[in-house]
Amino acid sequence: MLYRLRKDFLLPNKSAIVKSMHEMSLAMSIVEIASNAARSQGGKIINHVEVEVGSLAGVMEEALSFCFAAAAQDSIAAGATLKIIPVAAKARCADCGEIQPIDSFFDNCPRCQGHQLEIIQGRELHVLSIIVDE
Amino acid sequence: MCESCGCNHKHDTLIRRPDTVDPAPHTAHNHVHGDGHGHDHEHEHGHGRKILVEQAILSKNDQLAGQNRRQFQARGVIALNLVSSPGSGKTTLLEQTLKILKTEMPLAVIEGDQQTMHDAERIEAVGVPAIQINTGSGCHLDADMISRAVQQLPVAERSLLFIENVGNLVCPALFDLGEECKVVILSVTEGEDKPQKYPYMFQAAQIAVITKTDLLPYVDFDISRAKSLALHVNPDLRIFELSAKTGLGMAAWLDWLRSLRA
Repeated sequence: MLYRLRKDFLLPNKSAIVKSMHEMSLAMSIVEIASNAARSQGGKIINHVEVEVGSLAGVMEEALSFCFAAAAQDSIAAGATLKIIPVAAKARCADCGEIQPIDSFFDNCPRCQGHQLEIIQGRELHVLSIIVDE
Repeated sequence: MCESCGCNHKHDTLIRRPDTVDPAPHTAHNHVHGDGHGHDHEHEHGHGRKILVEQAILSKNDQLAGQNRRQFQARGVIALNLVSSPGSGKTTLLEQTLKILKTEMPLAVIEGDQQTMHDAERIEAVGVPAIQINTGSGCHLDADMISRAVQQLPVAERSLLFIENVGNLVCPALFDLGEECKVVILSVTEGEDKPQKYPYMFQAAQIAVITKTDLLPYVDFDISRAKSLALHVNPDLRIFELSAKTGLGMAAWLDWLRSLRA
C-alpha cells in the first residue's frame, strides 16, 4: 500500500516551518515590493496583491499563500488577499526548433522526443499589481 | 524589512570569523510601527485603486547579487556557489582542494550552516581565511549575507572564493549570490536519482561533482544512471567524479579550478 502525504499536511504547523522555506523569503519580498509601491503612490492599506508564478519557478503555491499571510502581519498589507496567477512552462527544442508546453525539466520534446529543451517560459516570479485604499 | 533597525528581519543570522567572541545576541525588539492601524479588513478586494507593479519578486536579491558580482569582477575574484544535501562531503572536498591550491593562488571560503562554527574552523585549520554564516532557521544563503560576509573576510585580489551553501537541494537554487557558477555536489551514498528528485538545482548548476567514489564498491549507486539523469535535466552540465579521501579523480577537478584562474 502506498501512502502519500497531502501537500497541505505540514501547513498548520506554522512555527516549525514558517521560516525554513524559501517561500517565506519570497513572501517577505512580495510584502516589501507591494508596500513600497503602495507608499510611493499614496496607498495606505493594501487589500489585494497579484503575483505570477511560473510552473518551473520552484515555488509551492500553498506554501507561498501561507507564508504571505504571516509575512504581511504588522505591515500595510496585513490581511490582504494574494492571488497567484500560474504561468505554464514552455520550451524550445534545440533539435527541431518547436516551441511546446512542458510540465517538468524532465520532459522530452513532444514532437521529436529530443531532450535538449531551452525553457522560454515558466520561471516567472513577479508582483503584477496591487489594490490599495488611499 | 524591519523598520526599526534596518536589519531585514535577519535577527538570527550570525556572521563570524573563527576565534571570535560570540556577539551579544541581537534580541528581538518590539516592532512599534508609527501607523499602528488596527485594521481588520475582511473586505472584498474589488474596491480600492489598482496600481501596476510588475516587479520581479527576487529583484532585491538579484540586484545585490549583481553588486557582489561587479565587486568580485573588479577585484578579479571568482566565486563558486557549492550546493548539495547535508553530508555530501562538501567540506571534505573543500579541505583537500584548498590544501593543494593554497600554494598556487589566493583563496577564501564562506561557510553557510544553520548552526555552529565547525566548518569555518575546519577551513581555517587548513590555513585559508574563512567566515561562517549561521542562518539560524534560514534554509539558504542570500546575496545580502554574502555582501556582509565579504566585508569581514579578507578576500585577496584574484582569489578563488568558495561559498559553501546551507546543505539543501531546494531553496539555494533560487538565490543568486553573485557567483561565477553553481557547483552541485552529489555523493555516492545518496540516491542516484537525486537529479530527478531535485531538478531545479541540477538545472541551475553548471558543474556537478560526484563525491565519495571510493565507496562505490560498497553501495548500490549506479553512477552512469546518475550522470544520465543529471544530463537529462541539464544537457550542459559538466560532471566530475572523485574521491577527496583517496585523491582519485581530484586532478581533473583541480585543473578545472586552475583554468578559471588562468
